Amino acid sequence: MIPLSWYLIFAALLFCIGIYGVLVRKNAIAILMGIELMLNAVNVNLIAFWRYRDPAGVAGQAFAIIVFAVAAAEVAVGLALIISIYRRRNSVVADDINLLKW
Amino acid sequence: MSTELLAWLLPLPPLLVFFLIILLTNRHKALSHSIAVGAALLSWLGSMVIFFRAIQTEHLGLNPYTSAINWLPTGDTWLRIGVWIDPLSAATLFFVGWTVLMIFIYSVGYHNYGQPQGDHDKKGLQPYGATVADEHGHKHVVPSIEPMYARFFAFIGLFAFGMYTLVVSDNLLTLFVGWEIMGLCSYLLIGFWYQKPSARAAMIKAFLTTRVGDVFMLLGIAYLYSAVGSLSYSEIFKPETLNMLVATPAVGGFLGLSAAGMIGILLFIGTIGKSAQWPLHVWLPDAMEGPTPVSAMIHAATMVSAGVYMVIRMFPLLQAGSEHGQLTPVMTLMTVIGAFTAIFAATIAVAQNDIKRVLAYSTISQLGYMIAALGIGAYVAAAFHLITHAFFKALLFLGSGSVIHGVEHGVLHTGEHVDPQDMFNMGGLRKKMPITFWTFLIGGLALSGFPLVTAGFWSKDEILADAFGHGHWVVFVTLALAALLTAFYTGRQITLTFLGKPRTESANHAQETPWTMTLPLVVLAIFSIGIGWAGISESFPILGGIIPNFAHEFIGSTLAELPEVLPFNIWPLIVSLIVALGGLTTGWLVYRNQKVGEEDPLKIALGPLHTLLQNKYYFDELYDRIFVRPAYWMADTFTNQILDKGIIDGTLHFVARIASSVGGILRNYFDKPVVNGFGDFVGEGVKKVGQSIKVIQTGRVQQYLIMALILAFGAMFYFVFTLLQN
Amino acid sequence: MTVEQIIFLFVAAVTLIAGISVVTSRNLIHSALWLILTLSGIAVFYVLLNAGFFAVIQVVIYIGAIAILFIFAAMLTRRVMQDTGPQSNSNWWLGAVVALLFFAGITLILINWQGFATQAPMLTNTSGQLSQLGLALVSPDKYVLPFELASVLLVAGMIGAIFVAGDKKQ
Repeated sequence: MIPLSWYLIFAALLFCIGIYGVLVRKNAIAILMGIELMLNAVNVNLIAFWRYRDPAGVAGQAFAIIVFAVAAAEVAVGLALIISIYRRRNSVVADDINLLKW
Repeated sequence: MSTELLAWLLPLPPLLVFFLIILLTNRHKALSHSIAVGAALLSWLGSMVIFFRAIQTEHLGLNPYTSAINWLPTGDTWLRIGVWIDPLSAATLFFVGWTVLMIFIYSVGYHNYGQPQGDHDKKGLQPYGATVADEHGHKHVVPSIEPMYARFFAFIGLFAFGMYTLVVSDNLLTLFVGWEIMGLCSYLLIGFWYQKPSARAAMIKAFLTTRVGDVFMLLGIAYLYSAVGSLSYSEIFKPETLNMLVATPAVGGFLGLSAAGMIGILLFIGTIGKSAQWPLHVWLPDAMEGPTPVSAMIHAATMVSAGVYMVIRMFPLLQAGSEHGQLTPVMTLMTVIGAFTAIFAATIAVAQNDIKRVLAYSTISQLGYMIAALGIGAYVAAAFHLITHAFFKALLFLGSGSVIHGVEHGVLHTGEHVDPQDMFNMGGLRKKMPITFWTFLIGGLALSGFPLVTAGFWSKDEILADAFGHGHWVVFVTLALAALLTAFYTGRQITLTFLGKPRTESANHAQETPWTMTLPLVVLAIFSIGIGWAGISESFPILGGIIPNFAHEFIGSTLAELPEVLPFNIWPLIVSLIVALGGLTTGWLVYRNQKVGEEDPLKIALGPLHTLLQNKYYFDELYDRIFVRPAYWMADTFTNQILDKGIIDGTLHFVARIASSVGGILRNYFDKPVVNGFGDFVGEGVKKVGQSIKVIQTGRVQQYLIMALILAFGAMFYFVFTLLQN
Repeated sequence: MTVEQIIFLFVAAVTLIAGISVVTSRNLIHSALWLILTLSGIAVFYVLLNAGFFAVIQVVIYIGAIAILFIFAAMLTRRVMQDTGPQSNSNWWLGAVVALLFFAGITLILINWQGFATQAPMLTNTSGQLSQLGLALVSPDKYVLPFELASVLLVAGMIGAIFVAGDKKQ
């Protein structure tokens, strides 16, 4: 059978890939994709824990559902912001959005 | 009220007036002079009461009215001060009371009370006059009221306090206190018009010259105190004390004198200063810079009399040790100086043109008379002459003030620029100012010793008679010559001032002065005539014996033994008559036709001698050379340059330089680099740190994230390590 | 090695490779497509974890909505038809280091956790699972509050997104 550790390691890997994507990609939309990866890894973690620790309860599931909702809302808002920025500055390169610098 | 209490209270009204005027009523002229005259009146009343009680008391000399209190604790004993009314002080109170009162009343008119304020009058200068317009619009200049009116009354009030204190005191210490207060007031009043440079110089000269005398007098008082242990008259004049003083030799065997002699000489030097005897006579003529009431009071009637009063009072001490009427060394000194001064001053007076200067030298001369009289032992004569002189000299001074006022009125009226005090600008004032003329004439005759009807005759004659009778020929001749000169310059003065025709327009327009000035003249004139009759010698032909010789009986009773009455001798009387009448007549004859602008006939007659006399034998210049200029040089060089500027200022500058350089060092090496530097460092440092750190804020989200994650690592690693350790 | 494990390893490999391709692809559209693959792989995992409902949700919401949204956004923000230059910014090595460290850290923590290598417990009743979840989500003493808050969040997000990205011209 598959031990919990496999799922956890897998989730960790996906999460770190997501971190790499957030930190390294230039395009703002690509950064958002990285964030999506991270959220998915979290979800996998949650469901894995639910399945392996308390499959009769609904806590893990409820949590995962909430995470789904939050992720969706966040992507929508984030992309709306990026489109708005693109309309203003004609660029979605993250490094160019630096008006708050010193 | 008991006599002793009255004596204690006598000096107080004038003192109170001084404080009241200075503190409260300085601006109110009428109020000030009212309280001043009121105080003089009170003290006069007290003096009269004391005098009348005194003459009714038997043996007042042996049992004087006296009262004393403990004042300074001196080890086991006390220094006592108090009052002492014996015949001498009673008689002195009599003339002091009258003259002070008359002079206070006179001052009201003299300072032009009731006149308008002057056009350009300033405090510290004589009033110049005010322009008034009469009904027709004609402008006249009239005399204006003195700007410092009330201050004058304050000062003469203080002066009166000093004189009364001196007279009623029963010990040398309070006598000296009164003496010094009068010296101070003399200084203040001579320099009353302090903006005048000549007045300023005169006030300092008066004070310093009398100071010289006062120093020696203080030495005498100190010596007396250390020898006797007390300063009260009751202690000093005990026969045992006097004998002790005669027996002990003076400190250091000074000239072989006894202690009594030494003390006497020292005290007498105080009188030389105060009564303007040669060689300390130089201040009195310059003191005429002060207003005339001052000259009358201080320099005729009271202050200079205080010097003579003191030696008369100390006569038992001065005479101590003389056997059979022989003169002690002190008395010899007094005789010499007195007689010399009498003739010396008389010669100078002959050549003076200022009406007040003549009287000033006359005063010096008459004081010399008194001192010479005391020196030869004529106690009663000296005291009697003191009293009569006070009256007629005050009268003469006040009269001269009246004359000057009258001529000044003319000066203001005509606008002429003449000196109103120069006798050669006067003349013919007999018709313009009758009251002044008659009273001045009486005073002048009294001064010359006009026979029988004037007081001066009786007192002067007694001095000459005593000198003759005791065989002091030199003194007799000297005093007779001085009397001749006195009569001559008096005749000169009266002729030039009042007789003949007016020599200037100002004299032509002179006017009689108001009643406040002429009333005192009249009162004093009455005394100048009448007081002499209180001292007619018993042995005088025809007149002697009708009235008892009050002076001799009363004043003489002050001494332990009544002085002997000399038998009458015709020669002094003849000499006295000749010099008096002869001098007066000669003066009148020489000057009666003095015209305007003419040379003084005496100048023509004497030539260079006259110049010497007019310049007072150049004594002022001599003193200036010997004393004044070296003193200034020493003061300037030693005290000013070396001590003040060099040492004191030098020290201060040195300290200042050190402080300044220390301050500079602190500023440059500590304040600026450390304190400022620290502050600047902090500010600059923060700025630099900020500037170097601000690059973190790039505005790029991914960089922020990286930094956040690195920090999260920190936390995670810490967590891991603790986990691993467990 | 059981069948489950082989399937697991295969799907994990696919998902991870797709994930890496998401973050390294030069073309944004390619990244989006690789993202879809990743999301599907995760859906398979959900199935393996007996959470079928979630697999469906994953496909419907993530792939059906979010990934499409990404593609729309990518297409709306393209200036030129081809992307220019490398897609990694200047600090890519720092990002790699951080990611690796993160992974190392998480793994270390997990290894030291005693429940790390447990086996899956037996499922007793799998039929009423979904209705239980539904009831839990709307029961006041269970999870109605987060549910409602999530709906509020969705509404707010929707309104916000419309407003922010809306055309201001009319």
